[in-house]
Amino acid sequence: MPNLEHSAYPAATLLRLESLVPCRESQVSMLLSIFGERQQFSFPSIFIYGHTSSGKTYVMQTLLNTLQLPHVFVNCVEHFTSRLLLEEILIQLQNRSSETKQAAHVPCDTFNDFVRLFKQAVVSQDLQDQTIYVVLDRAEQLREMEANILPAFLRLQELTDRNVTVVLLSEIVWELFRPNTGCFEPFTLYFPDYSIGHLQKILCQNHPPEYSADFYAAYINILLGVFYMVCRDLKELQHLAALNFSKYCEPVVRGEANERDTRKLWKNIEPHLKKAMQTVYLREISSSQWERLQRDEGEAGQLKGLSAHAHVELPYYSKFLLIAAYLASYNPVRTDKRFFLKHHGKIKKTNFMKKHEKTSNHLLGPKPFPLDRLLAILYSIVDNRVAPTANIFSQITSLVTLQLLSMVGNNDQLDGPRYKCTVSLDFIRAIARTVNFDIIKYLYDFL
Amino acid sequence: MSVGSVSKGCFVFKPSPKKRKVSQKTADYFREGNSDSEDSELRFATCQSLWKHVKLETEQIEEDLNTQLFDNLVSFLRRSHSEFQEKTAEWNCRMKSREIPTAALVLGVNVTDHDLTFRSLSEVLQNRVTPYVALLQAKDCPGIKNLMQKLLGQLMNCYVDVDSSEEDDYVQTSQNRIRCSMTSLITWYESVTKKTDFETPSKKRTSSRHWQSPPVVVIFKDMESFTTKVLQDFIVISSQHIRELPLVLIFGIATSPMIIHSLLPHSVSSLLCIELFQSLSCKEHLSTIIDKVLLTTQFPLKLSEKVLQVLINIFLYHDFSVQNFIKGFQLCIVEHFYTQPLSVLCCHQGELKKRINSLSHNQCENIRRLPSFRRYVENQPSEKQIALLTTDSFLKETVQRLLEDLNVYHENYFPVLRCLHVFTSSLPKYPLGKQIRELHCACLENRVWETEEYESFLQLARMLNKCDLVTMLQKCVEILMSSPGKEFDKTVEKLKEFLTQFQKLEAEACQERDESVSSQKELQKKTDLYHLQKTLLELKESRRSKKLTKFEMLRFEVVDYIDSVVRNYLVPADHKTLHEIVYFNTASVLREHLNAAPRVALHTALNNPYSYLKSQALRSDGGSISNKAPDICIVYKLHLECGRLINLVDWLEAFSTVVTAVEGPNADAPSSDQVDDVIHARFIRAVSELELLGFIKPSKQKTDHVARLTWGGC
Repeated sequence: MPNLEHSAYPAATLLRLESLVPCRESQVSMLLSIFGERQQFSFPSIFIYGHTSSGKTYVMQTLLNTLQLPHVFVNCVEHFTSRLLLEEILIQLQNRSSETKQAAHVPCDTFNDFVRLFKQAVVSQDLQDQTIYVVLDRAEQLREMEANILPAFLRLQELTDRNVTVVLLSEIVWELFRPNTGCFEPFTLYFPDYSIGHLQKILCQNHPPEYSADFYAAYINILLGVFYMVCRDLKELQHLAALNFSKYCEPVVRGEANERDTRKLWKNIEPHLKKAMQTVYLREISSSQWERLQRDEGEAGQLKGLSAHAHVELPYYSKFLLIAAYLASYNPVRTDKRFFLKHHGKIKKTNFMKKHEKTSNHLLGPKPFPLDRLLAILYSIVDNRVAPTANIFSQITSLVTLQLLSMVGNNDQLDGPRYKCTVSLDFIRAIARTVNFDIIKYLYDFL
Repeated sequence: MSVGSVSKGCFVFKPSPKKRKVSQKTADYFREGNSDSEDSELRFATCQSLWKHVKLETEQIEEDLNTQLFDNLVSFLRRSHSEFQEKTAEWNCRMKSREIPTAALVLGVNVTDHDLTFRSLSEVLQNRVTPYVALLQAKDCPGIKNLMQKLLGQLMNCYVDVDSSEEDDYVQTSQNRIRCSMTSLITWYESVTKKTDFETPSKKRTSSRHWQSPPVVVIFKDMESFTTKVLQDFIVISSQHIRELPLVLIFGIATSPMIIHSLLPHSVSSLLCIELFQSLSCKEHLSTIIDKVLLTTQFPLKLSEKVLQVLINIFLYHDFSVQNFIKGFQLCIVEHFYTQPLSVLCCHQGELKKRINSLSHNQCENIRRLPSFRRYVENQPSEKQIALLTTDSFLKETVQRLLEDLNVYHENYFPVLRCLHVFTSSLPKYPLGKQIRELHCACLENRVWETEEYESFLQLARMLNKCDLVTMLQKCVEILMSSPGKEFDKTVEKLKEFLTQFQKLEAEACQERDESVSSQKELQKKTDLYHLQKTLLELKESRRSKKLTKFEMLRFEVVDYIDSVVRNYLVPADHKTLHEIVYFNTASVLREHLNAAPRVALHTALNNPYSYLKSQALRSDGGSISNKAPDICIVYKLHLECGRLINLVDWLEAFSTVVTAVEGPNADAPSSDQVDDVIHARFIRAVSELELLGFIKPSKQKTDHVARLTWGGC
């Protein structure tokens, strides 16, 4: 395990830093060596990438804060336009010395302005002889801003002629960033995923004060055994650990087992965690509801998850419109005659099946269909006569806003709108059952 | 307002000084264009006051129905952030990630009703939880930027509303240059909450109904319509600031809560702490409205069976919207008072006498013309007939008596209807409908006891077991006791008598059971097969010919009595004299207005212009095309005969043939193969009009062809 060493910083600070960033020592020492000493020019831009919650943001923040390096930390999702982003950087830079009151807000519309104002800010904050770090979190958002923003940030050092380093943090690789006009290549650094051992170590660090570290470590071990297969997100795991710990402690609190009785504790917690995986983890029921359930010893069966409420009540004709749309989406046009004409004669499936239609239409997904076809099918599947009233047409639009149908292509009403049915087979079968319509009989795939 | 200009442009209108006159207008409309302008002002006033009452009543019902839901939501909001405020130091809370409390509010597909629900919800929240409520709509938020703008605008405006006007200029200045970011929202929130801390004690009292640092509630009215990206971005951003800004989200969901999972990926939905809330289903809502508004004597206006059926059908078949149902009812009210001059008598009992006495001679004639009244007159002795037809004062007396009768009929009708519903709703297969509205329609339609369903109801009722029968009877007694009708004393007594008889039976039943047990014992004694068979046959025989038990007798009696009550009180309304005055029954008007068929109307207009233009020359006979019809009609009729693609040249030729057909004899020689320029121009104009109406569109598949966009004659 490499100990952090750097001549520019006191050893005590480095030791503290090391304790704060477990399992990321090699990356931190790499960064430290790139940064160099305070006054030294560093690499103009650094690109750090790695999977969700691999500690990118956390490591950068602790590093800059512990070493008290002048820095600006901006989230690109939060500042969604280039103007907001640039202004935020300037504001943070100006407010570094906290005693100065919020400086008059200066509008900054272009990168040119930004460079000018940036230089002013550096002078006013008296930072000429130190490297300033501009960290852009969630940098993938930069690609959606004006084309000049990303290349300009990459060579900010050159443009401003100041000692500044831009650090980009992202979850995707650099190759997806590179603009086709070319740009300055940043130094890329990869943060690998935490291994199970790493996770164990990090999670154990924050054990509750009432219990011993060993006891908590055993709990984390069980937790990881259940959840590691589905979730490697450190934040999520920590959340789950906190949620279920009280249940784990229950036998100890009641005095039925002592802290070392691992087997008993495991028996108690394991089914509980499995249930948690199907409910809380998927956000089927919320964590506060989960906690209340634990407290009240209620059965989780009483509380239905979000997916349990899949039933949608629709007006009578909306149901038939949806059924008609489903049929139009999943049946080939040629087969309409066979399904909806009274005297279609005997057409066997094999006779009129084309080669490419051998694959199930349900595997291929819904196909778009024109409005006329939808209405024609509707008129033939509803028993009584349906008048083409304005209400019918507005119901189609409501189905689109409810996202049960989706409009395909352009919105030109004159051009004959085309739709797709987006509901699942289970859903449409449930709907069809309520109006006594045997939809399977009308689907080409199930012939 | 009309402008004397053909061109499009911006016109300035100074607000007219006589604003009062505008409100007068509606009353004038009511009078104008109506041949029977008798008492129109009074009718208008009655109509207005009736509608006002109905509106108040329905709003009250709505509020009552929503209380439960809103209470749950309020307690959720109270809970959501308090936990963190109380014990931030605890290990558990430090380790848990701070999720955004989110209420998924499932409201059903009747989107038109949601507006009202949300409005009252935000009112409730502002009164009880927090002044900071923002309502967002998908159509205002195509991007995250617009969303933030709307959010900031709404929140900061509400701040102005809460406080006095001294801060006006501060907000004014900041609003212009506000940066639409979360940081500015947080600074605003901090400044607002800090201000309440330093407030004068007098002001503190008002703010005490909200607690310290009240949550900021953001309501997404129509979750389904929001784009995924906007929602995701917003949730990600706000989750980063949840510690500084106690935010609570409310998702208004029309379909099912599954939509959350389909809109948001796990990485985003894991930032939320979602709890589910479900509003009352709109069907139940409608039942309550019908029960409380239509099935009472509270409002003098009643709906006939057909009208009610139209309204209910629109609800069930098309939109599930309770608001639209109420709007439909409003239309009925207006239409009834507008078209029926005698509706002036459709008022509460107290005013009736005065209004009858002030009826003019014309109105008396109107009464004499009513079909139900004529039927009534015909059944009277001849001297009375003459008096009724000639003497206004006698007529007025009779009318007053008849209307009072009608009122009594209603007072009796509804309680008895409810009693009958108690029976029918618990029988298997619901012979007369599960809902009371279906029963009501059946009773209004014709004599309910003549229908087959009623027969099967009686048969099923004769098979009820005792326990059910007793509870039903008890319910009926309750209903009848609580009704204002005066004639029910005897009925109630009779029902109570039945109940006591049932109780007596219970005692006797014990004895009977003993008897049957003894016969069972006898059976067990017989071991010989032959004897056993014999006794079994005997038993069967005796059971078949057995006299009815006392319970069965009593049951028959009860059912017969119920039947007699029904026959007595549930007479259809249109058998009653003067029912036209209080019943609105022109269903066709209602259907035309509420369930319009634009395609059909367009087709009729183009295919048979006479139906709208009413010019004798256009009176067509059969399918021939008259050249006197407007050009577009001719073009339309010709295009109906074509396939999907229409050749323009052929079409033009056909058009010119039709147009010149009759004029032909005068001047046929000069233009035989050359089409006249004027005709050509008329044709082009007609075709482009058809294109504008959406019947055809230019096609690229074939040159000189246009494509039809409709099939058949609708």
